[in-house]
Amino acid sequence: MDKKSNKTIFWGLVVIAAMAVLSLGAEGIADATGQTLLMTVLKKGTVYALLVVSMNLLNGFTGLFSLGQAGFMLIGAYTYAILTIPVAKRAGVYQYYDGGIVQFSIPEAFSGLLGDLVGGVIGMVVTLLICGLLAALFGWLIGLPVLRLKSDYLAIATLGFAEIIRTFIQYESFAPLTNGSNTLRQYPTFKHLYPYVIIVGICILCIVLLVNSTYGRAFKAVRDDEIAAEAMGINLAKHKMLSFVISSFFAGVGGGLLAMYMSSVQAKGFTVAMTYEILLMVVIGGIGSISGSIIASYLFIGCSEWWLRFLDDPGNNPGGIKLLAPGFRMVVFSTFIMIVVLFFRKGIMGEKEFPDLLRRRPKKSEKEAAGK
Amino acid sequence: MVQFLSALLPGISVGGQYALIALGYTMVYGILRLINFAHGDIFTVAGFIMFYAVTAMPVQLAIPLTIVLTVLLGFTVERLAYKPLRSAPRMSVMISAIGVSYLLQNLMWYITGGQPQQYPVIPWISDSISVFGVETKRVTVITPILTIVLILALVTLIKKTRIGMAMRAASRDFETARLMGIKINSVISMTFVIGSFLAAVGSFLFFSNYSTVSPTVGTMPGLKAFVAAVFGGIGSIPGAVVGGFIIGICENIIRGLGYSTFSDAFTFALLILVLCVKPTGLFGEKLEEKV
Amino acid sequence: MKRMFAVLLTLAMALSLAACGGDSGSNSNGAGGSGSSEGGVIKIGIYEPSSGANGAGGKKEVLGIEYANTQVSSVTIGGEEYKVELVPVDNQSENDKGVSAAQQLVSSGVAVVLGSYGSGVSMAAAPVFEEAKIAAIGCSCTNPGVTLGNPYYFRVCYLDPFQGSVLANLAKDEFDAKTAYVFTELGDDYSVGLGEYFTQECGRLGIQVVADQNPQGNTDMSGFVNAAKSAGADVIFAPSSTTVASLLIDQAASAGIPLIAGDTWDDAVILQAASKSKADVYFSTFYDEGASDDAAAFMEGFKAWLNANSDKLANNGGSDTVSAVSALGYDAYMVAIEAIKAAGSADSDAIAKALPGVTYTGVTGDVVFDDEGDVDKNIIFIKGVDTEKGEFYSVKEQGLAQ
Repeated sequence: MDKKSNKTIFWGLVVIAAMAVLSLGAEGIADATGQTLLMTVLKKGTVYALLVVSMNLLNGFTGLFSLGQAGFMLIGAYTYAILTIPVAKRAGVYQYYDGGIVQFSIPEAFSGLLGDLVGGVIGMVVTLLICGLLAALFGWLIGLPVLRLKSDYLAIATLGFAEIIRTFIQYESFAPLTNGSNTLRQYPTFKHLYPYVIIVGICILCIVLLVNSTYGRAFKAVRDDEIAAEAMGINLAKHKMLSFVISSFFAGVGGGLLAMYMSSVQAKGFTVAMTYEILLMVVIGGIGSISGSIIASYLFIGCSEWWLRFLDDPGNNPGGIKLLAPGFRMVVFSTFIMIVVLFFRKGIMGEKEFPDLLRRRPKKSEKEAAGK
Repeated sequence: MVQFLSALLPGISVGGQYALIALGYTMVYGILRLINFAHGDIFTVAGFIMFYAVTAMPVQLAIPLTIVLTVLLGFTVERLAYKPLRSAPRMSVMISAIGVSYLLQNLMWYITGGQPQQYPVIPWISDSISVFGVETKRVTVITPILTIVLILALVTLIKKTRIGMAMRAASRDFETARLMGIKINSVISMTFVIGSFLAAVGSFLFFSNYSTVSPTVGTMPGLKAFVAAVFGGIGSIPGAVVGGFIIGICENIIRGLGYSTFSDAFTFALLILVLCVKPTGLFGEKLEEKV
Repeated sequence: MKRMFAVLLTLAMALSLAACGGDSGSNSNGAGGSGSSEGGVIKIGIYEPSSGANGAGGKKEVLGIEYANTQVSSVTIGGEEYKVELVPVDNQSENDKGVSAAQQLVSSGVAVVLGSYGSGVSMAAAPVFEEAKIAAIGCSCTNPGVTLGNPYYFRVCYLDPFQGSVLANLAKDEFDAKTAYVFTELGDDYSVGLGEYFTQECGRLGIQVVADQNPQGNTDMSGFVNAAKSAGADVIFAPSSTTVASLLIDQAASAGIPLIAGDTWDDAVILQAASKSKADVYFSTFYDEGASDDAAAFMEGFKAWLNANSDKLANNGGSDTVSAVSALGYDAYMVAIEAIKAAGSADSDAIAKALPGVTYTGVTGDVVFDDEGDVDKNIIFIKGVDTEKGEFYSVKEQGLAQ
């Protein structure tokens, strides 16, 4: 067990380092050729990879059908923005509320101690951690009443909580803290792709380790059969809560990263539709496959925001047929999703992981012996 | 009194509309154990069909046409998106429903261009009347009455007819019903037909009251109706109705008190509270009412 | 078999990624996002929503730009004639989708960007344009935050603080209001911001304000109208999107309280809703066809252009009512052309540097940029709905009380 997880950590770090170097190189080439859109899509895809994996941990590995992702992302995104806007710019951002009530900025505080560059980066990472912790705290509070509910009821209750969180953030009386309905912006962001890759990589590595640990096996047991799992001595409430809180934590970190990517946040965008999108990515990748989730998020973002854009341009219509028009892209895209949902039910990866594909297919007897 | 009534009246009316939509959710859930996320969008599509139909024909013809087309849409959605997944895990079907909702919304954007449209005036029910000194539209008063009439008809259908009996059997035990020779697919289709019919009727009432159709206008009422269904105990017909009215009325009282910001949040908070006390909703356990 | 499928799919993805990368690479000019012309073509990006909550409004703004493009379709730089090519992109009215849409424009090598309808998406894209050193000219984004502290964002419309104050003055002058009911949309910065400025000015003018916010997605406005009635409001101030507006108008009409709103209401949707329910509606707008000869000529030309093309007419919501945002789109395009001429170069940074010095007399008034990149317009046109004829009419030109 120990040996195996050490191996996973080692290879995981190698992969992350390789990806980071690769993204640095890709960015250099992209800058030189004007391919900035590729980098934007990769950035968003990377952020979404974490969000999708964190949702998969809950829905795919633990079998808890939760639709509260957008709410936890919202907490993460707002926490990040509120804590990092430079003090000097607060008056401009909180234009109706005299600069708001938070009058410090974590990256600035660290910059004061450690110098601009190092301090700033450490400050941003620390803030991301706070985003995760706060989201996890809310996850725990929400989990207390909600996790006793079964499948569909759980889905609707978590969805409800996401909506409640949004309302409170927009509430006029909290505006000196959250800026109410107005946009939060001008906070520091990572300009390059590789910090996103490193942070998301480390987070996903943690999830992989968790999934392969005894906790992960307990989660799967809970998913497959609650009664049997309980009979085996697994504490249902404890494991469900653990999975919920951990998933919320990473959703919070992901929300913080998303805020960075967007460089401005507004609560209005974090609706149920956002949760649905992430859920669809989980399904396309394969429920219960981490590598599937990662592939699916890049594919989804690439398709919806880049490759299919030509479908929106009426100028591309082949002679006479007026099919292409704004909005057609999304129709084609959602049809494509329906095809995947209906005919490729297992998604891209099913429950397999990427290393499984490289390995020779184990014989049946071996498989059973391995307990798969 | 007038002030109280002016908050209560729209509450009852909205509640009636929620109830009609909620029935669609609850009936499908009763049989398939599926939350039909696309139901709210079918409701919106009905609004658009009516809008386009009226530009080509008189209202008297447009109304039946809208009903027929909406029912056809509900039927088609079931055949294409849910039937192939009958043996699949429940989560796949639910995701398919989310996919259909996504597709319908995008289609509406594409076809209508996203421009909010003025819903045609349906004569008589759109007239203004005065109830105890409160100015309102006739539809506000008609909605709860029509809702109750439709529900009574529905309950009769379920209790007295063969297809109703088949529905009850299917909701009790899907597999056994099938073994007993019930044509399960036609029962399910029937459920979607009835649900879509109610959604179409709901859309006449709703849009006569609010007069604007846009592709996302159905999302929130759809979600609220769904909450109403869960609140009352999903799968239960009286539950959906009671849930619809309670939520409609509470929402308007909250607004009347000046906390409009929290009217949606309150709806969800109420739901969570009820679920914590009674995990299957208010009427969730009354199995004999399930369809 | 499944394994094969998965591997194939992954491979296909990797290949298509590479292929697409190559594709778009070849049609960009390879100048690192700083330049924009090839073979006598200069690209102007249109960053506007054509779907999402503001899709309908965004399309109208695009129409104005397209019409302007038919009027002036080329520009002379250094003695050489450049054809102007429009590059539209849909930001879906959402901040997170807007970033990649903006980046799409940057990669396709546009020299200058026009848009967007909706201040939120404009603010989301601002850092992208700033980093790429491409100037953006907002047509109708009225929130102060759009240009504030961003040397690359400009706009041709007036700002919310001014608009809000003027509307409060209108309530005072025209309706002699003692109490105003302020109805804003929760979560919408345009709506809440404008409401805030209106309220501030009301405080100065001695108008009492009762305020409430409409949660996202709510369709039942009767509660708000009743509250306004029982508060004894003389006017309802309702800066809101057209969708919410048409819901509100219908229900406010029966209460008999006049409605005042901001620039978003200059739209055929409002005209239909108000005519249908006989509501008393007034709003501020950017453009009045009677204000100048240019404006009248624009109106006439634009209508003729719309009616000649059924697709364009459909994008305008099926009627030939001219929205103010179309006029702003027209002016923004013309300002961009002037800036290109002034820069004498197709380089985006040079154009951005030339923009602050550009002056132009547009159909919506004079365009002279101040230090923030905003236009100082000191008069706002107020229009109302003539419910009998079903058309907009000019009420007055409203300024601030001295």
